[in-house]
Amino acid sequence: MTYIQIGIIYCTLAIILDLYVLRTKVITKKLFWLSYVIVLFFQFITNGILTRFLIVRYNDFALIGGDYSNRVPPMIGDGRLFFAPVEDVFFGFSMILFTISIWLFLGKKNIQKKPFSGPPPKWWPKGHWYGTK
Amino acid sequence: MLKFSYIAVLIFIFFGTVWLEIILKARVYQKLKRLILTIIPVVILMVIWDYYAIINNHWFFDPEKTTGVILIGFLPLEELLFFIIVPIASLLSFEAVRSIKKEKVGDE
Repeated sequence: MTYIQIGIIYCTLAIILDLYVLRTKVITKKLFWLSYVIVLFFQFITNGILTRFLIVRYNDFALIGGDYSNRVPPMIGDGRLFFAPVEDVFFGFSMILFTISIWLFLGKKNIQKKPFSGPPPKWWPKGHWYGTK
Repeated sequence: MLKFSYIAVLIFIFFGTVWLEIILKARVYQKLKRLILTIIPVVILMVIWDYYAIINNHWFFDPEKTTGVILIGFLPLEELLFFIIVPIASLLSFEAVRSIKKEKVGDE
């Protein structure tokens, strides 16, 4: 299998897990996409460093783009997006969706559900324990 | 020092996100049990992919820019750390955004 084929399989698995298995439905939430955009921005920076400086290298037979296993890849073009193979976006997306979906599933199952992040939200009933002192 | 290149990127990701736990009260590290139970299946899923990619030569690591520590026969130490540090970083981002936006996401 090529890199993009595995990427599509993993993303599909992550989406099925989120929507139908764990039923966390996080991909339907605005908050998920907002945080994903932030993570993706930093993925482009850190993954860009790993690939631009040839720390992690790819053989072209499994890639959409050309062979840069032994030379600096283009920033944009020839199957590269900020030096990294475009397929890395699928790799990152599936890993992040698996993570957040499982995290929220455990919260729903009352495993260290509280305290939530930040101070109590506005809709939180006054006087109810929020996990903070 | 060059052989710590990949490790340096991981340290950058760690320190680039750990402040979210303190300043924005992301409360990810604080929920250690939940965090570990989340990371274990993610590590397993991603190591399976990494195993397939490494044995089929989809990708490889510059021996001069990695420590050369190989776990369970194929997995560079850096890759295992990547599959722990990056999911934690994405959880910190998610919880930090939640702490600011205060929107329900389903586990309330």
